[in-house]
Amino acid sequence: MTRLLSAAFIGLIFGAGLAISGMLNPEKVQGFLDITRIWDPSLAFVMVGGIAVTLIGFPIVLKRPNPIFAEMFQLPKLTKIDRPILIGAALFGVGWGLGGLCPGPAIASLSTNFSAVLLFVVMMLIGLWAGAKIKL
Amino acid sequence: MTIDWVNFTPIASLIGGVMVGCAALLLMALHGRIMGVSGIAGALVRTPKSKDTGWRLAFIIGLLAGPLFIAALSGPVESIFVADGMLLAIAGLLVGVGTAIGSGCTSGHGICGISRLSLRSITATCTFVAFGMITVFIVGG
Repeated sequence: MTRLLSAAFIGLIFGAGLAISGMLNPEKVQGFLDITRIWDPSLAFVMVGGIAVTLIGFPIVLKRPNPIFAEMFQLPKLTKIDRPILIGAALFGVGWGLGGLCPGPAIASLSTNFSAVLLFVVMMLIGLWAGAKIKL
Repeated sequence: MTIDWVNFTPIASLIGGVMVGCAALLLMALHGRIMGVSGIAGALVRTPKSKDTGWRLAFIIGLLAGPLFIAALSGPVESIFVADGMLLAIAGLLVGVGTAIGSGCTSGHGICGISRLSLRSITATCTFVAFGMITVFIVGG
């Protein structure tokens, strides 16, 4: 139960952070990507704030033998820059630019702007399911 | 290029970013996992019977509650959609397919991967930001 409650609490901090940062606003996200016209650099500050915490914190946390509620740390094993990562990131970038939403903010927006974001989230979940079956 | 001073929110965005970072750090410290939403949501769709479904669902419920909490404290969270209909559907599909093939999104690659100094995540982040910028350049801001 503590394990589940802690995961929900972590999600809550994440969702609240996204809301404060402005990432739940597709118009603002597109303003960040609109670098050639009128550029809103705010989202770079979200990245910097997030990375600052984990850049310092991850090495400290990963010195422990294991996480508090699980047997071991599960870190990505792949290190190669292969075709899937380049093609996948490019496709994601196009979708991000078109909709102004990435997965976290899209799901979080279900609670504040359900009717507007529902179609996006449904299509995203279909894409997540189907994309895993595509071999490049 | 001109800076959009009217909409620029450096302090709020920095505070929000720090909270996102704290969430990612806590998920690693407590659960030993990378906080990647495309990974978490994708796993829920693909392997709903996994023993990890519990914490994943709990995380999503928290993620949904977060913006409501902020809205209760400081009023409605601004959310202006530029795309709708077919365009929004295509955008969603591309985000899903792209993050599934590219094994991550803004949170997993952009925050967690970069801070682990993963060259793979740094490459992915540069790629999706570049393609996002090109897309907005083409379709108009």
